[in-house]
Amino acid sequence: MTRRVVARTLVYLSLIGATLVVLLPLGVVLLTSLKTETETAHGSGALTLPRHPFNFHNYATAFRDGGMLTAFGNTAFILVVSVGGTVLIGSMTAYAIDRFTFRFRKLVVALFLIAALVPGVTTQVATFQIVHSLGMFDTRWAPIALYMGTDIVSIYIFLQFVRSIPISLDEAARLDGANAFTIYRKIIFPLLKPAIATVVIVKGIAVYNDFYIPFLYMPSQDLGVISTSLFRFKGPYSAHWETISAGAVLVILPTLIVFLALQKYIYNGFMRGATR
Amino acid sequence: MAHAHSHTSAMDAGKASVAARTRAQAAARTGAGASNRASNRAVPPSAPRPARARRLLTPWLFLLAPLTLLVTFTYAPIANMVAYSFTDWDGVSPELHYTGAENYAELFTREDLFQVFWVSGYYLAASVIQIVAALYFATILSFSVRFRNFFKGVLFFPSLVNGVAIGFVFLYFFQDGGTFDTVLGLFGHHTDHAWLGTPVSANVSLAGVSIWRYLGMNFVLFLGAIQSVPGELYEAAELDGAGRWHQFRYIIAPGIRPVLTLTVILSVSGSLSAFEIPYIMTGGATGTETFVIQTVKLAFQFNKTGLASAAAVVLLLIILLVTWVQRRLVPDDRVDLV
Repeated sequence: MTRRVVARTLVYLSLIGATLVVLLPLGVVLLTSLKTETETAHGSGALTLPRHPFNFHNYATAFRDGGMLTAFGNTAFILVVSVGGTVLIGSMTAYAIDRFTFRFRKLVVALFLIAALVPGVTTQVATFQIVHSLGMFDTRWAPIALYMGTDIVSIYIFLQFVRSIPISLDEAARLDGANAFTIYRKIIFPLLKPAIATVVIVKGIAVYNDFYIPFLYMPSQDLGVISTSLFRFKGPYSAHWETISAGAVLVILPTLIVFLALQKYIYNGFMRGATR
Repeated sequence: MAHAHSHTSAMDAGKASVAARTRAQAAARTGAGASNRASNRAVPPSAPRPARARRLLTPWLFLLAPLTLLVTFTYAPIANMVAYSFTDWDGVSPELHYTGAENYAELFTREDLFQVFWVSGYYLAASVIQIVAALYFATILSFSVRFRNFFKGVLFFPSLVNGVAIGFVFLYFFQDGGTFDTVLGLFGHHTDHAWLGTPVSANVSLAGVSIWRYLGMNFVLFLGAIQSVPGELYEAAELDGAGRWHQFRYIIAPGIRPVLTLTVILSVSGSLSAFEIPYIMTGGATGTETFVIQTVKLAFQFNKTGLASAAAVVLLLIILLVTWVQRRLVPDDRVDLV
């Protein structure tokens, strides 16, 4: 019996330890974001509480001078357009691959399959030239096109769902005179709702957090998304940890809210996305 | 796919017979049945020409946008990249010269270019720790534990957090007098060691941050796989007197094998293409430059597009090789798109 108690205690200790490791760095940043400049400068220690816990001055600075408002606007625009586009493109591809037999079908499938193995980071050297020659460099269309065009995982997710929709539904509609586009729009697309939710969550979080692509393709100050705008805090605020911390908290907070609100869907979404 | 096929052909046949019947009725009425019926048999009755063309075209209409994007942003870059890698192009000037395999030779002979591979070693080691820890937490949280959902959420949350924010959180964490020093101070260990100041310590710290960031994702995938193992198996094992270790060894481990191999391969390619955390935190200084940081610098700071392309081709080949080896070792029957 005692052995069991010891084992149980160790399990809980390891869980509490992990919780501390995860939450401590985040918590300290939250504390720092509420401190004044003098408090951080005079090294009162990272773990001390801020003297005025409702001091939101640093958030105002981060929002106003750090351009976080523009950044949230740009991120929202890119997110909505590219996630919407991914849903349309993924579902159309899945519908075409699963419901039609046509020449070169296997070749098309293979093209998508192989593309899934190519990590995007490796090809940017040459992708850059193409984006540039299309006149999309330093516009919001560069990341939008790249997010929509290189997402294979969402095609997999849609494919699984399209397969599970009985073909008799298509046939019934066709007998009623519906053509392929009507079937896609009126029957397949509405039934894909769970897959759409998954893709929106997985893709939405990826786009919100992406740094590499906006960093490479949108160097202009006013085209900053949250990642790149926050990254620019590094220069002017390098000694002002209270402002940098406020910026970091501003970026993390929406993620936390979305996570708490949609926990169940997020877990399912990522499991589906990874095991494809 | 076979069943879909039979469905459509069965339906076509049905439609054909309906069409034939109406036509036969019409023919009987006009009194020219015999010749009509004969010509019906010669041409497939279900598809008049324009309708047939439309049916052949329809899937391509759906695939037009996806394929255009796929070719423009995945295959064209790969083809260009391979071509650039044999030239001395600087990325801007209209002139470029064919240099053969020179770029590749430079990549493997110049000490400073090759050392990025050693940096990947830190991230590889970190992913081993990460996978083992993720497995441990997934196993214990698959049994009944108090505050299970809380612990699950806490472990998973970092993988949703923005990479730049994580970079800053940990810059403050490792800063002189920052979170880490303060915590060590609580345990009576006072130090003024600059954690990001020497190559080994900096790389270990950065690899640690990457464990913090990615552990949650592995954990949730493992947990999902463990929970999809039918519960009766555990009950049966418990009746047979199997302890936790035996349950892990004989029930959990086989159940999560597919996810585990997927995770291993993703970790390998992730270690080789580590970019965000080191770039944001150190910019590749003090010996923390990774393969991707180096490639980005070669291409966009030093305008060595040719050399950078060669580096990217090498990375791509390594990752494809790893994937291929994994597919050979563990044949995955679930990748059956066709």
